[in-house]
Amino acid sequence: MNPDGKTDGLQLRQIAISLAGKPLLSLSATVRPGEILAVMGRSGSGKSALLSYLGGFLDPAFAASGEILIDGRDLTEISAEKRGAGMLFQDALLFPHLSVGDNLMFGLSSTIRGASERRRLVEQALVEIELGDFFDRDPATLSGGQKARVALQRTLLSAPRLLLLDEPFSKLDADLRQQIRDLVFTRTKALKLPVVLVTHDRSDALAAGGQTITIGSEP
Amino acid sequence: MGRQTEQVRLRKDAHRMRRSALSDIVLVCIGLPVLLGLIGTIAPAFGYLPALGGNHLTVEPFRMLLTEPHLLRSALISLTTGLVTTAVSLVLVMLFTAGYAGTRTFSRIQHLVSPLLSVPHAAAAFGLAFLVAPSGLLLRLVSPGLSGFTSPPDWLIPQDAFGLTMMAGLIAKEMPFLFLVTLAALPQVPLAQTRQLVASLGYGRVRGFLVGIWPLVYRQIRLPVFAVIAYATSVVDVAVILGPSLPAPLSVRIADWMTDSDLGMRFLASAGAVLQLGVTVAAMVLWRIAEAAGSVLLRSMSKSGRRGTDDRLVRWSACAGMALSAATVFSGLLVLLLWSIAGLWPFPAALPQSLTLLPWIRALPQIATPILMTLALSAGAGAIAVLLVIGLLWQNRFQGRRAFQLVLYMPLIVPQICFLFGIQIFGLILGLQASFPLLLFVHLIFVLPYVFLSLSAPWQALDTRYEQMAAALGAGPWRILLRIRLPMLTRAWLTAFAIGFAVSIGLYLPTLLIGAGRITTITTEAVALSSGGDRRVISVYALLQALLPFIGFLIASLVPRLLFRHRRVMRI
Repeated sequence: MNPDGKTDGLQLRQIAISLAGKPLLSLSATVRPGEILAVMGRSGSGKSALLSYLGGFLDPAFAASGEILIDGRDLTEISAEKRGAGMLFQDALLFPHLSVGDNLMFGLSSTIRGASERRRLVEQALVEIELGDFFDRDPATLSGGQKARVALQRTLLSAPRLLLLDEPFSKLDADLRQQIRDLVFTRTKALKLPVVLVTHDRSDALAAGGQTITIGSEP
Repeated sequence: MGRQTEQVRLRKDAHRMRRSALSDIVLVCIGLPVLLGLIGTIAPAFGYLPALGGNHLTVEPFRMLLTEPHLLRSALISLTTGLVTTAVSLVLVMLFTAGYAGTRTFSRIQHLVSPLLSVPHAAAAFGLAFLVAPSGLLLRLVSPGLSGFTSPPDWLIPQDAFGLTMMAGLIAKEMPFLFLVTLAALPQVPLAQTRQLVASLGYGRVRGFLVGIWPLVYRQIRLPVFAVIAYATSVVDVAVILGPSLPAPLSVRIADWMTDSDLGMRFLASAGAVLQLGVTVAAMVLWRIAEAAGSVLLRSMSKSGRRGTDDRLVRWSACAGMALSAATVFSGLLVLLLWSIAGLWPFPAALPQSLTLLPWIRALPQIATPILMTLALSAGAGAIAVLLVIGLLWQNRFQGRRAFQLVLYMPLIVPQICFLFGIQIFGLILGLQASFPLLLFVHLIFVLPYVFLSLSAPWQALDTRYEQMAAALGAGPWRILLRIRLPMLTRAWLTAFAIGFAVSIGLYLPTLLIGAGRITTITTEAVALSSGGDRRVISVYALLQALLPFIGFLIASLVPRLLFRHRRVMRI
């Protein structure tokens, strides 16, 4: 989960996405390690398409161009699972057939070998989010905040090189929302991850404390 | 830079081509046997069958066919059976859905009707026969008290001359099928909004549904409806058990000729199969005319502005019809159970005077081999079909590919008897007579469409963000398939397997013709017994035939419950 130190930031060069010949968005930006780029726009503006493009699963109905550079290396032709682009969605999307611990095990980078070492790291990760004895729990029995924390931890355990957030706080109620948002931002800053946050909520963008780009017309 | 993009594009194209290869292979594996089978069936009708010395064109087989007694009557029975079965089943399903879709009654009947699909045709037919026969349970219940009978009357039931019992048996089995395909189509129409809209305009439930929603639903279930026409015009096993015998429906007579020990009869059989094809096509043409009439009727209904607010009678009769047909199949199974353990059971006693396990003990030694064969064949066909369909769904997007749907439905829309005979002949030429692999392949042709239909909806319904999440966590396509998608769809693919397993168990004609009497399953054995008339033995066979698919569904429902007993979301 430690950034490998090679990450000197994420560069988006002339990203342009269109749907059926109609241009949706175009942007260029540099996101330094530990910085958060907030992309705002109303629904249908292509926010989610941008994240899909960065993550490597853009629907073929869209046409997209532009370079995604991390450490000066272009990610566009690299398949999703090799990009090291962690994602968080509106829903925690914990795999319902796996226990909480096995969800984290699934996320934990395969560079860490040995069953006991992997188990130890996952147990430790659970303690970090105050869910110490939750390894064997059914994810369906967790509260919204607990799910969000597990989802974050699962993504961080996969040792991503950048993080993509698709309105991950919008389904949480107000006080929980701020709490989870602070947790995510603190962790990503500590890990020096470049983050792209897509949102339609100005308070998310403000809390991110970095540059904000608005796409489409002003919401 | 430009060249690099070009290479990327080429690589993507190659990838896409490889991806569609599997679907092409499957299409060829289904389409080609049906087409070759048709050719192989039709050619001998014109005298061409080199294996039996037929090598010049002649219409002699047709001349032979025309000299067969009561041929027209046989053909007409097949035609009317197909049309009446389809019409009654569809109208029942239509009116019931119109009256109740979205209500609690609807889901209650749904739970009652769904298991019917797993009861094989032959078992359901035997059950019905033992209910309605002159010495059957229904007459016993009213005798001698109400009817005055002290011995069974000599009514010709089942096997009545007009094929009414046969139609009833077919309706009881095809109605659940049409009901389930309607259920699958309903989520794709704006049911709730349209219901509200037509109600706010003052229309009754049934009329509002028929005018506003039914055309959208019907468009989606049209292929299955034509499959029912094809099936009901050419069915053999149900017709052998419940249909008239002098003359028998066309398909039964053709099957007799095809399996006759006199190989010369094959030419006659071929000519018969061509006639059968004509009968089925005629039924479909007539159905198209009925469709047109129906749509004119619907349009005039919607133009008239009449509200049809009091539709209770229509609703209730449709509901009663659905419930009755479900109850018939279930009580049929119950009668089979009674007969299989009955000691002395003279007419008109409603219940056996003593119970015994003797029929089971006597039948089991002979039945062990056919059961093992059935299990191997059906589990094999089901498993291969599930693997193929998973591969297909994994590699492709099929929505909107009409050609694929059409080829997939081909084995269901072309009457079985019209292409199986050709496949049998090709098997003969290739030296594959009665071989297990060929039989397995033929079963697979019939099983694949059902497995595909059953698995594709849940496959597409799975939230793809789970897979995106897994990919973002670094999992490759195989890992995502094996660790995320398939485990999350455990219930769906187990159910698809159970459906394939059940379809394969129920197959009579394919097993009879390709197995050529040397490979027998519980189904061919049970139908073969029908002429003998020993009710106890028949009951044992028919019950076992119904039991096997049921076990498949039981496993499909219990395994996920057991595997995921600690996972709340997965148990639903």
